[in-house]
Amino acid sequence: MSDLEQFRAETRAWLAESCPQEMRDGDITAENQCWGGRQWEFQSDAQKRWFEAALEKGYTVPTWPKEYGGAGLTADEAKVLTEERDRINARKPLSNFGISMLGPALLAFGTHEQKLMHLGGIARGEIRWCQGYSEPGAGSDLASLKSKCEDKGDHWLINGQKVWTSNADISDWIFCLVRTDFDAPKHKGITFILIDMASEGISVKPIVLISGHSPFCETFFDDVKVPKAYGEGNLSVVGEVNRGWDVAKNLLVHERGMLGTMSPLRGVKGPENLGGYAAEEIGIDDLGRLDDPALRQKIAEAEIDDWAYTLTVERMNDEANAGNGLGAKSSMLKYAASELTKKGSELRMDIGGTEAATIGPDGIEYDSLANTWLYNRAYSILGGTTEVQLNIISKRVLELPSA
Amino acid sequence: MSLILTEEQEMLQDAASGFLTENAPVSAFREIRDSKNPDGFSRELWKEMAAMGWAGIIVDEQYGGSEFGYVGAGVLAEQMGRNLTASPFFSTSVLGATAVQRYGTAEQKDQHLGSICDGSSLFALAVDEGPRHRPEHIEFSAPQSGNGYILSGSKTFVADGHVADKLIIAARTSGEANDPSGITLFLVDASAAEIERTHTPMVDSRNAANVKIDGLEVTGDDILGEVDKGYEALEGILSAGRAILGAEMSGSSQQAFAITTDYLKEREQFGQKIGSFQGLQHRAAHLATEIEMTKSAVLKSLQLLDDDFESASATCSMAKAKSGMTAQLSTKEAIQMHGGIGVTDEYDVGLYFKRVHVAQQMFGDAGFHADRLAKRSGY
Repeated sequence: MSDLEQFRAETRAWLAESCPQEMRDGDITAENQCWGGRQWEFQSDAQKRWFEAALEKGYTVPTWPKEYGGAGLTADEAKVLTEERDRINARKPLSNFGISMLGPALLAFGTHEQKLMHLGGIARGEIRWCQGYSEPGAGSDLASLKSKCEDKGDHWLINGQKVWTSNADISDWIFCLVRTDFDAPKHKGITFILIDMASEGISVKPIVLISGHSPFCETFFDDVKVPKAYGEGNLSVVGEVNRGWDVAKNLLVHERGMLGTMSPLRGVKGPENLGGYAAEEIGIDDLGRLDDPALRQKIAEAEIDDWAYTLTVERMNDEANAGNGLGAKSSMLKYAASELTKKGSELRMDIGGTEAATIGPDGIEYDSLANTWLYNRAYSILGGTTEVQLNIISKRVLELPSA
Repeated sequence: MSLILTEEQEMLQDAASGFLTENAPVSAFREIRDSKNPDGFSRELWKEMAAMGWAGIIVDEQYGGSEFGYVGAGVLAEQMGRNLTASPFFSTSVLGATAVQRYGTAEQKDQHLGSICDGSSLFALAVDEGPRHRPEHIEFSAPQSGNGYILSGSKTFVADGHVADKLIIAARTSGEANDPSGITLFLVDASAAEIERTHTPMVDSRNAANVKIDGLEVTGDDILGEVDKGYEALEGILSAGRAILGAEMSGSSQQAFAITTDYLKEREQFGQKIGSFQGLQHRAAHLATEIEMTKSAVLKSLQLLDDDFESASATCSMAKAKSGMTAQLSTKEAIQMHGGIGVTDEYDVGLYFKRVHVAQQMFGDAGFHADRLAKRSGY
């Protein structure tokens, strides 16, 4: 038996023993996933047991080095773990922005002291991170951000405003892009900084979306003092001062490349099997076909696109493991996934007709198709709009000329 | 299994790319077209392909093949799609070889696979009886008569039918048109006097024929697979064909797109490269994304044919649908982005547009396969 086969057998046995039945529904949503953080309360005993079992093995962050709380798995081993987890439909034991975004940036750009200070807290689910990138005047043109960060000797002084900070109201720390040089070209005066959300001068205000709900906030910084060192060395700035754009860009590519193999068409709340749901709602004609030929065609084409997308994620992961990194092609995945996610909820609303458009006495119910459908409009806007992704593909993959 | 080519398959890809760009580029295809070559391909080239082991690419080594499987065949088809290479590869080495190797008796394999591998015998599959692909709609009749059967009927768009030495014919031995049961596959000599073949020139300048058979007597030995159960075999052969056509269209999409992006980088209007216009950039980026999606779909279907042939049908349908949609988009955009020269015969993009149209029609277009998929999923 090869080492990898041995590892697969061990992993399978461990999963069988450690993953509670309730955590094998494969259905991770923002509502039922395990986020972690100072304010975190487990939603069920099973969720807690699963998290603790994974933590013990370093499997909350399987590929991170052991000294930083991970299991130090190779890419091949991590793939086996994912495959085995998917095989029994197990949820991820812990998922949050610390794992998917800040962690990889720290691993790439952080000092050993920074990694020691922050990665363990992420791996153990103790600290929940949020992201402070966008500002009211800096959306797609993110590099024009203006939140001001001044060097005051032993600390940084921050004034400004961030927007679209997901879950800022329940997060413990924020990783932020701030301007440290107002005279340099816009990409060259930005610094990537880590700030404790408990700092004096930070205030947070939720944003209500078209659905009436929101995970998003505005975050205000009024004379917020960020210590440069927490006892030893510079710990708050990741990478070099004024070079934060490099860190952010790397992280964005990582974020786009992190898109799972989960089907965007199905991976949203609501009935998974679009065709089956449609057959139930609309009925089948004498030839065994959905009694709405135009909708039937749209569903079938979306299913084909969705299938090709999930295979492309698989192929690109395999290519990356074989040494051919994804690079800017991650924008293709982000683009395709966003559009498919929207398509899936549009089709569910079309299938549901006026019934799906009916809301509760107190507004749009959180658990309704309508809420997902409305929220999903944001998929092709957040994390870089569809148009920004197409710009990136044009310039960095196709190398088309600039105007 | 990883969804990437193995080292061996990559070497085949490099060899195919090198050989075809050197020996069978688009200009060679133009020459065949312009000289009104009655075969529609170069027999010299086919001999060379056979000598390299391409004709027997999916055939087991024990019969003289190179046993590269469907991924290997797809790798070749993709490069042929890039170069618009005309050859009997699809009809003979994919359809014919699949039919005999998977559904033939030991005698039939011994008799035919060797001559497929050495390029000496050409095959063609006769399925459709009208202008649209409807494999279950078989009226071509083959009633039993004594110890044998009598074949009578007409077939349309038999690719390579005019040059084939052997014809595989889907005929009805029982039941009614549209009934999947009652279909039987016959493997017959194309030179029989009762067979009339009419060459039908196609818009893509490839070869096809209408085949009319009037009372051809055959025996049970000429049956490929089982009597009345030919539809399952037909499904298998068509699935392989669909995946390979998908690979070919993926290659054509990639090449038409490469020609187009080169053009976007060099053509100037309004004092700048037209590739700097966002209106074109976004369309190009969308197309590049679709091409990546198509590559994955095609490779998956080919791998599944090699791993678990019987279960590959739906996957091959999806690959055919996706590659067809992408190839049409790619070649339509290629013409539009070239502007006026895009609709001239001198430029290659129009040749890709025409070939892709026929490949898309062959064995079911995207709509046909979307319908199949929906039916299969119960809606």
